[in-house]
Amino acid sequence: MSAVAEKAVIAATKPARGRATGGFWRRVARHVLRDKVALLCAAILGAIALSAIFAPWVAPADPYKTSMIRRLLPPFSPHFILGTDELGRDMLSRLIYGGRVSLTMGLLPVVLATVLGGSLGVIAGYFGRHVNMAIMRIIDVFYAFPSVLLAVAMAGVLGAGIVNSLISLTLVFIPPIARVAESVTTQVRNQDYVEAARATGASAARIIVQQVLANVTGPILTYASSLVSIAIIISSGLSFLGLGAAPPIADWGLMLNTLRQAIYVAPVNAVLPGAMIFAASVSFNLLSDSLRTAMDVRA
Amino acid sequence: MHLYILHRLLYTLPIIVGVTVVCFSFIHLAPGDPISAVLPENASPQVVAEIKAAYGFDQPLPVQYLKWLGHVVEGDFGTSIMTHRSVVSEVLPAVANTALLAIAAILLGFTFGISLGLIAGFSNRRGTDQSVTAFAVAGISIPHYWLGMVMVVVFAVLLRALPATGMGPAGTNVWLFTADDLRHLILPATTLAMIPAGVLARSVRAMVAEVRRQEFVQTLRGKGLGRARVFLHIVKNAAPPILAIMGLQFAQLLGGSILVETVFAWPGTGFLLNAAIATRDLPLLQGTVIVLATFFVLTNLVVDILQTAIDPRVRRA
Repeated sequence: MSAVAEKAVIAATKPARGRATGGFWRRVARHVLRDKVALLCAAILGAIALSAIFAPWVAPADPYKTSMIRRLLPPFSPHFILGTDELGRDMLSRLIYGGRVSLTMGLLPVVLATVLGGSLGVIAGYFGRHVNMAIMRIIDVFYAFPSVLLAVAMAGVLGAGIVNSLISLTLVFIPPIARVAESVTTQVRNQDYVEAARATGASAARIIVQQVLANVTGPILTYASSLVSIAIIISSGLSFLGLGAAPPIADWGLMLNTLRQAIYVAPVNAVLPGAMIFAASVSFNLLSDSLRTAMDVRA
Repeated sequence: MHLYILHRLLYTLPIIVGVTVVCFSFIHLAPGDPISAVLPENASPQVVAEIKAAYGFDQPLPVQYLKWLGHVVEGDFGTSIMTHRSVVSEVLPAVANTALLAIAAILLGFTFGISLGLIAGFSNRRGTDQSVTAFAVAGISIPHYWLGMVMVVVFAVLLRALPATGMGPAGTNVWLFTADDLRHLILPATTLAMIPAGVLARSVRAMVAEVRRQEFVQTLRGKGLGRARVFLHIVKNAAPPILAIMGLQFAQLLGGSILVETVFAWPGTGFLLNAAIATRDLPLLQGTVIVLATFFVLTNLVVDILQTAIDPRVRRA
C-alpha cells in the first residue's frame, strides 16, 4: 500500500520537478550567456586554463631552464617576451605553467569543501535537533577564526607543501559552506513535498537524495562559486609565505615570493605573477556574480 | 534585551573553549615529536622520557589540555622556544602594532567605501554606478599582498616618496606621532584598506538602492520632505546590516593582515606568526592564534549586540 502511494507521490512530483529544474537551469544558462562581462571572464579563465593544461605545447621555453647570464631580463627582451626571473628562467613560460598549480589550488579546496561541508550542512539541516547541535557547534568553532589566520596557522603547523595547504584551505572553506547548506536545508525540510515523501514512508536517505538535494544544490553551488576567488588569493598567499608549493615548481604565489627580493632591480618582473592571480580572481568573482543574479530571477 | 545579551555571552563561551581545543591540538598535529625542538641531538631514550615528563607530555591528552588551559586562563601561554621569553610579552606588543595598522586601514577603508557606496546608491547615472561597482569588484578580488608590492614599486622605488617597509620610531604611541611615523603607515594602511573599501562600497550601494525602492521613501517624498531629510531616512534604514558588515570586516582585518604585514615588514602579529612558523615555535604560534581568534569572536559578539540594540527586528531567540 505504502509502496503504491510512494510511487504515486513520486510520479506526481517527478515530472513537475524535472520540468522546473530543467527550465530553471536553462534560464540560468541563458542569462549567463547574455552577460557580456561574464562571457569575457569565462574566456579569460578558459585561456589561462587551456594554456596551463597544454603548457608543454604552448609555452615558448622550458620553465625550469635556468641561465645565470640571462637573469632578470626586462619584458620585451628578444626571445623572452615577458623577461626572465631571478634564475634566468623564461617568465612567460613560468606564468603559463604556473596556472596548473595556482588554478588547481583555487578550485580543488572549494570543490572538496563543497562536498564535505555541503554534506555536513545538509545532514545537520535535515535531521535537526541533536545532530544539528553536534555538527553546527563544531562548525562554529572553526568559523571563529579569521579565514586567513586559520589557513596560515594550519599550513604552518602541518608544514609547507601543496597537500598540507590543500588540507588547510579545505578546512577554511568547510564552515561557511556548511552554514549555507544547513540554512537552506532547514527551509526545504519543512516544505510540503518533503512532508509528503515522508508520509509515504520514504527513508531519510531517499528523501535527502531525491527531494532535498534537488532543491539545495543550486544555492550551495552559487555560494561555493563565490569562494573560488578567495581560495585563489589565499592559496597563492600561502605560497607567497613559503607555505605552499616548493621551489622550483612554477606557481604564481611562489614566483611572487622569490621575485620579491628583486623588486628594486626588476620591479615589473616582480609584480607580473600577481597580475595573473588578480586576473583569475577578478574573473571568478564576476562569473560568480553573474551566476548569482541569474539564479535570483527564478520568479 | 538583557536576556539576549546573556544568551549571546553564554553562547560565546563554548566557542572560545573550542578555539582553545583547536589551538591545543596544534602541538599534536605538527609532524614530529612536540619536544623535538628542545631535544639535544642524539638524546638517549631515557633523556627523551625525562624531558617529556618535564613538559607533561607523558600524561593523557585530556589531562594535558586541562593543565594547559589552566595556564592559558591565567594569561600564561608558555615560553617561546626561540626567544625564551614569555609568549605574552611577545604577543601583546605585536597585537598593538597590528591593531594600529588595522584601525588606520579600517578608518580609511570605511570612509572611502561608504562614500563611494552612497554616491553610487544615490546616483541615477549608469556610469557612476558602474565605475563604483568596478572599483568594488577590484577591491574584493585583488590579492592584497600583491597590491602591497605594486605600491612599494610605485611609491617607494619609482617615486621615492614613501618608505617601503617598517614602522615609524614612535611605535604604537600615537601621541608621539611625527610625519615620519605617518609616512610609514600610509602604504600598508592603504593596501589593507582596499578590501573593506571594496566590500563596503558594494554593500552600501546595494542597501541604499534597495531601501530607495521601498514604498515609504515615496511616501516621504510625497508628503514634501526635503532631499536631505529623505537621505537621512534612507541611511537610517540601510545602517544596521552595514554595521554588521563593518564589524565583520574589522575582525577579519585583525587576523588577515598577516600577508600585508609580511610585504611591509610590519612588526605585528603576522610577522610573529611567520617567525613562529619558520622556527617551529609552537607555543608562540598557539598564543598568537588564540589571542587573535578571541579578538575575532569578541568583535563579532559586540557587533551582534550593537546591531540588536539599534535594530530590534534582527533580534533572534
